[in-house]
Amino acid sequence: MAEPLLRIDKLSKNFGSIVASQGVSLEVFPGEIHALIGPNGAGKTTLLNQIAGDLVPDSGQIFFDGHDITRLPLYQRSHLGLARSYQITSVFPQLSVEENLLLAIQAQRGHSFRFWRRGLSIPELRDDLESSLERVGLSERAEMSACNLSHGEKKQLEVGMALACNPRLLLLDEPMAGMGPGGTVELSKLIRRLKEKTTILLVEHDMETIFALADRITVLVYGEVVTTGTAEEIRSNAIVRHAYLGDEDEAC
Amino acid sequence: MSSRFDRKKLCLSFGAILLILLPMLASLCGEPYLISLASRILIYALAAVSLDLILGYGGLVSLGHAAFFGIGAYMVAILAHHDFEGTALISWPLTVPGSDSALIAWPAAVLCSGLLAAIIGALSLRTTGMHFIMITLAFAQMLFYFFVGLESYGGDDGLTLFSRNTLPHFDLSDDTQFYYVCLVLLFVFLLLASRLVVSRFGLVIRGCRENDKRMQSLGFPTYRYKLLCFMIAGAASGLAGALIANQIEYVSPGLMHWTRSGVILVMVLLGGTGTLYGPVLGAAAFLLLEEILSIYTEHWMLYFGPLLILVVLFARHGLYGILAGKGKRYG
Repeated sequence: MAEPLLRIDKLSKNFGSIVASQGVSLEVFPGEIHALIGPNGAGKTTLLNQIAGDLVPDSGQIFFDGHDITRLPLYQRSHLGLARSYQITSVFPQLSVEENLLLAIQAQRGHSFRFWRRGLSIPELRDDLESSLERVGLSERAEMSACNLSHGEKKQLEVGMALACNPRLLLLDEPMAGMGPGGTVELSKLIRRLKEKTTILLVEHDMETIFALADRITVLVYGEVVTTGTAEEIRSNAIVRHAYLGDEDEAC
Repeated sequence: MSSRFDRKKLCLSFGAILLILLPMLASLCGEPYLISLASRILIYALAAVSLDLILGYGGLVSLGHAAFFGIGAYMVAILAHHDFEGTALISWPLTVPGSDSALIAWPAAVLCSGLLAAIIGALSLRTTGMHFIMITLAFAQMLFYFFVGLESYGGDDGLTLFSRNTLPHFDLSDDTQFYYVCLVLLFVFLLLASRLVVSRFGLVIRGCRENDKRMQSLGFPTYRYKLLCFMIAGAASGLAGALIANQIEYVSPGLMHWTRSGVILVMVLLGGTGTLYGPVLGAAAFLLLEEILSIYTEHWMLYFGPLLILVVLFARHGLYGILAGKGKRYG
């Protein structure tokens, strides 16, 4: 198999006496959709935060494309090609939809110490902006303040911003949370389309989505990796059934 | 949408024309005193607009903005003092004489306050929220006490300027000419600032106001952007200080007292944060009310306070929001 794009080696993180990650090792290969599942409090988001750089692990290492990024500052990770969307949507509420996306685009185009030209009217940025608006289906909403979007639209914008960063690895934290059934289908389609362009590490609660989308799945319980395998393997794994999926009938 | 836009344009053009014609109107009314009051309004407006850059757009509440104002003023006064006495400002390792030329003193004031902003900003921008307010306040007060103790430049009593600075082709001691110089500087700064806030740099600054962490995860080293913005605001405030020193021909540590920072902050709140033009309105409203109310009572703040509370409570974008409508916040 190819070299892993992301390799996590024995990562541990405690908050006081609470163990959030305990010796987590994980590999994500280029081009796959890798899902992280686990019950509430299993440390999925904490793990994602450590990969993205919002949290510094207590011990262990994170390699991205061969570079040790364990202690790299947040803003430098995005230049290597890491992008994330947050579980709690964190678009910029007072900025318009197009300004939100423009920020993500201009972050990739060198520094922004540019003081004179109106950001939204710069042709070479405008092209990218139009296409990313279209990609997430928000062209109609371009000039609206992000705080006036519906929950689903905010999620779409959030994903759009992560995408506009042209990431090599996209970290998606519960993209489906709080979405209606229609929105879930819409977003699943978007994620599947993304797969052609980028590698995705996905944290998700919605089992149907996971089994439909993920190439491989890692199960996390109490901060520890229980097992990693394909959707089929996970579905039939006895420990997982016991620890997480529960019995047949209870499976969500 | 377009009617609001027009209303905003109308307000701005009306304001600009009023400011341009004001000296003529004042002399028609036989109240030339109004011109120097108007100059003061313009100068405080410049300081308030610069504070709005970091407060309204950057979301950084600074209670030390008068420090830069005061440094700018002192720079002009100290240079003029040495020029008048015929002594050197610095005598070693190279001799730097004083100067009463605006072309030297004003850029020096801008540079000096910009540098000071770099130092204060570099330390205070490592904190946020309440801590940021306290640290900027502390730095400004430190500077205040430094100048109180600086006996060679008058200490507590301050420094009197022998005359206003000289500027080729202009006579700054003439109130009308001085007024127009202030007006041009304010207009130029407003133009630059209105470009700045919609530029890529401005968008980054506004993003930092909303969510700094998210900006970092998008790949922006936010600290550097905020520091530069803080420096730009400090430098502009220093220019305002250089002008106020010329206007009243006197500087004292009072110029950088924290209450002065408070006054500039109130002007921004009154006029409307994050609107650029609002603070000009705020400065005008504040100084005019002070002027008018203090005719009737020395406790004018007693009446001014409730008024401010009303504006802050009921007008989200201050006086500017009331006049220009609830359109876009900027540009």
